[in-house]
Amino acid sequence: MKKTAIFGALTVAGLMAGAAGAATLDDVKARGKLNCGVSTGLAGFSNPDANGNWEGFDVAVCRAVAAAVLGDPQAVEFVPTTGKTRFTALASGEIDMLARNTTWTLSRDADLKFTFVGVNYYDGQGFMVPKELGVSSAKELDGATVCIQTGTTTELNLADFFRKNNMSYEPVPIETNAEAQQQYLAGACDVYTTDASGLASTRATFEDPSAHAVLPEIISKEPLGPLVRHGDDEWGDITRWTLNALVAAEELGITSANVAEMAASAGDNPEINRLLGTEGNLGEMLGLEADWAVKAISAGGNYGEIFESNIGESTPIGLARGLNAQWTDGGLIYSPPFR
Amino acid sequence: MSNTHADTVSYVRDTMLMQQDPPSTSVGVVGWARGNLFSGWFNTILTILSAAFVLWLLAGIVPWVVSPTWNASSLTECREILAGHEGACWGVIHERWNQLLFGFYPQELYWRPVLALVLLLIALGPILFADFVSPKILPFSAVYPFIGAWLLWGGTIWTPVMAALGFVVGYGVFVLAQRFIVPGLAFLAAVLAALVWWLVIMPFALPDLARLIPIGLEAVQSRQFGGFMLSITIGVTAILFSLPIGILLALGRRSDLPLVKWLCVGFIEFIRGVPLITLLFVASTLLNIFLPPGTNFDIILRVMIMVTLFASAYMAEVIRGGLAALPKGQYEGADSLGLDYWQAQRLIIMPQALKISIPGIVSTFIGVFKDTTLVSIISMFDPLGLANAIRADSAWNGIYWELFIFIGAVFFIFCFSMSRYSMYLERKLQTGHR
Amino acid sequence: MATLTDPPSESFKLSMLIYDTRYRSITFQVIALILFLTLIGWLINNTVQNLQDLGKEPSFGFMNQPAGYDINQTLIPYNSQDTHLRAAFVGILNTLLVAVMGCITATVVGVFVGVLRLSGNWLVARLMTVYVEIFRNVPVLMWIVLCMAILIESLPSPSDFRGDDPEATMSFFDTVAITNRGVYVPAVEFSRGLPALPVGNAFDLSLNFVVALLVLLGGIWASGAIRRRADAIQNSTGVRPRTWHLRVGVILIPLIAVLTILGFNLQYPELKGFNFGGGLYMRNSLIALWLALSLYTAAFVAEIVRAGIMAVSHGQTEAAAALGLRPRRVMSLVVLPQALRIIIPPLISQYLNLTKNSSLAIAVGYMDVTGTLMGITLNQTGRELETVLLGMLVYLTISLIISAVMNLYNSRVALVER
Repeated sequence: MKKTAIFGALTVAGLMAGAAGAATLDDVKARGKLNCGVSTGLAGFSNPDANGNWEGFDVAVCRAVAAAVLGDPQAVEFVPTTGKTRFTALASGEIDMLARNTTWTLSRDADLKFTFVGVNYYDGQGFMVPKELGVSSAKELDGATVCIQTGTTTELNLADFFRKNNMSYEPVPIETNAEAQQQYLAGACDVYTTDASGLASTRATFEDPSAHAVLPEIISKEPLGPLVRHGDDEWGDITRWTLNALVAAEELGITSANVAEMAASAGDNPEINRLLGTEGNLGEMLGLEADWAVKAISAGGNYGEIFESNIGESTPIGLARGLNAQWTDGGLIYSPPFR
Repeated sequence: MSNTHADTVSYVRDTMLMQQDPPSTSVGVVGWARGNLFSGWFNTILTILSAAFVLWLLAGIVPWVVSPTWNASSLTECREILAGHEGACWGVIHERWNQLLFGFYPQELYWRPVLALVLLLIALGPILFADFVSPKILPFSAVYPFIGAWLLWGGTIWTPVMAALGFVVGYGVFVLAQRFIVPGLAFLAAVLAALVWWLVIMPFALPDLARLIPIGLEAVQSRQFGGFMLSITIGVTAILFSLPIGILLALGRRSDLPLVKWLCVGFIEFIRGVPLITLLFVASTLLNIFLPPGTNFDIILRVMIMVTLFASAYMAEVIRGGLAALPKGQYEGADSLGLDYWQAQRLIIMPQALKISIPGIVSTFIGVFKDTTLVSIISMFDPLGLANAIRADSAWNGIYWELFIFIGAVFFIFCFSMSRYSMYLERKLQTGHR
Repeated sequence: MATLTDPPSESFKLSMLIYDTRYRSITFQVIALILFLTLIGWLINNTVQNLQDLGKEPSFGFMNQPAGYDINQTLIPYNSQDTHLRAAFVGILNTLLVAVMGCITATVVGVFVGVLRLSGNWLVARLMTVYVEIFRNVPVLMWIVLCMAILIESLPSPSDFRGDDPEATMSFFDTVAITNRGVYVPAVEFSRGLPALPVGNAFDLSLNFVVALLVLLGGIWASGAIRRRADAIQNSTGVRPRTWHLRVGVILIPLIAVLTILGFNLQYPELKGFNFGGGLYMRNSLIALWLALSLYTAAFVAEIVRAGIMAVSHGQTEAAAALGLRPRRVMSLVVLPQALRIIIPPLISQYLNLTKNSSLAIAVGYMDVTGTLMGITLNQTGRELETVLLGMLVYLTISLIISAVMNLYNSRVALVER
């Protein structure tokens, strides 16, 4: 009898949780919360603090979308995912969007049936070595023991790189960044390879960061971005343009400090007006309120502010903008026009 | 004879000698040490070697453990306090104490899981401490699952009440139907009635009831569960639900009906043949695919289902052992009284079999409780998962031993006391034999 | 006189399906079958429906695609261009390797500890109790992680071996290098060896080892034959001929001869480039997993052994002594055979547990079948259904084989009840 009770209760729970239908926007609004998949813990990108509040660069993207859709940047349920569970969680509708430094690749787009809505961080796989090893180029790593974080594209890039250069290596696969860091520091591997941003943030927390060097070679392109399920283009549009709004806001000089003031009345710049909803009806086209972008920007600031406060040079992570500078500053961050 | 004796022996003692104290080397500390530590050269060497080993271990660990870093708020601060000395950085435990115990459970609601735990102990009292707790509170034990779940998850009170009413409905139907048809079919009817109640009536009535009579606690998402609370919740739920399933499986395995028997054997052997981690992969990646399209409930519930299935296979084997240990006379006695199968099980077999199975059930619980650490591999924040998340915080990046030692120590305290309890039970139950 | 009438000829009525015990069991089984089939059908139907919605077609075709990733410990040749299937096979072999190693060590340590717990030496017995309780009551996953951490933190890294005044040196007369990446031991090499024999496409069989093994087995058989002949002579004449030198010689001489012909020598590890080169390399992940699994399981085995020995009643020992048996013979002829009967069944389930616990290898990055098939392959191809089901099938097969073999052994030592 109790056995059936479980199934009964579960089915009820299933019914109550609501079907993951096509209209994600309606689901999110009905629920009043955005379910956002993040990494279980990656310094600077997403990790819970002592009070259980999530913070980080990827987390800020989730909060911006929640602010745009629901008007409240706190209305997010963060669902921690691993490399293994992230795609299933998204495909099954457990999460509405995935913001977990996921590399945009063709097979993930076409075969796994996801839509990448943009790139919030341009990354590439690099190598970190202790300076005392005397290595100055990744081409000198023949025979080295390499720590890699599993569950990503990293191990494939690594295999390709060493095969292309006809070198041998000893891979040490490791589940989490924290374990990898420990093994690397103890000398259990000569080299640590992961995305360059991860290397920089890991190096920043060392007791003596100056004893370690990141090699100049970047062996892969890793455009990291949020993604949603195939088949719900309205929802895809909302996340895509929320991200674009953050980027455009930086380009147009809109910050969390002045956004309220600028949105109060239409100004001279028509693009700012359209973005902030004081002119035109872009919000309505997305199925959102007119001031959606204002809320998204005031949630955590524009792209540049989010970058600076989570992973920028003033933080322990200390990443330079580099490729992630605005296109006007020679970077790749570029938003299509708001019109 | 006596004459010769008198001739040859000049003195005969006619009183007993006073008993002498044993030599000082064979009593007291010295005697004990000689008997237990230094009896023979081999034992002496063993003793010296082990003592040296223990001292070496303590010399290595104690200075590290005693470290004045309780109030540090980051690893760098610890390093400053220690100023180059080796030592633990206990600040991380101090700062993340609540998180390690309760995960992300809202801080102002901590009383709820604590109360649920206290009530759990009370509810288990009549079963585990039958000597001290009156069986009068058994009805409370029966409703505890609903109270406990309500305390943990919150929400409207009507969900647990309606769920409990489902059982009442089922029982009512069973009693009624039994007058007309055989118990087996009556049972089937009862199950159907309960299912109708849960699946049809409850979803309709619940929102209205909740609106009309809004009694309830603040709802807490199961995603916010974490730390030891999560381990205990998963472990207790799994054992609670696996008990009835395990009983059915054990009876099925001993059944005369070949089909039922082979289905049960197949299920038990399958679950026992695969590692728990693969079942957790099923929970995290496949369960949503197996259930009707659109069904979607969160990962903790899915994990609870899989751990319950896992535990029920082991539970079935424990109970089968209990059934096998019953003397055959009990079965024959029940038959001779004219009891049918279910009556015999309910009135004679199960009460005895379950009683001898309790130590086994406690060991199964210890195993399941330890195995809950595996959920960290599928991205859940049990204590080990939290340790990884904490180490991702830049303040504590690079910390290692302190968290693991703390978590290990807590697990040890829980499991050790439970295993001692189960040994006590075993001794208590054994008095009748031999 | 009333004559016995035939029982009323029964015509089958529908109600008999429920009320007649002869038919009722069939009714219930049919109901159970229908319910079971419905459940299976429901699950399959859901799965098909869901996969259709996701646009995925269940197929195992991906297993023949190139895997694209490297595996560090491979018992059979493998490179990143081999298929996912071969990667899974490499993983299975790694699982089996650590399981077999773990079972052996766990048994040895467990028996040792179990006997010592009964020792008269108070300190030793207590120490063993502490060991058993600490290891039994802390999750095995923690032990695996801790063992790895201890190996990494406490052992020297290869760079410590470098330089004129190195911080660390090789052990055992410069033949073994113990580092925090693993242990390098001398490897066996045949300078005039026979060619390797490819078995299918799967792996190469080293003929050298086969020949050496065959010679060794032949020697052991010959030695056995000499012993049997000695037994026969002793039985007929009462005098046992001295044969030990013959028996040792018949094993050793052909073996040494064959090894010399094949050019047997040891290849020692030496520091080359970033790592040690040459020799046999046991990786840290393997050692940590092996150590943790063995020590954890040994704690349970120790309890089983202790219980087994204590369960043999004291009267048996005394009776054996009364028969004039010496203590060693009392142990080997009376106590152990009886204790073994109690020990074997729970020991089997400990072996099974160890094998299943080896799936926690991913915590230390040991590439077993969970790490390859249900790890990287799953991540790279996104085929959750196929990989997880295959992985479960692998473990199920291993478990069933172990329990079948051990049950066979158990039925041979089991008490024949009258």
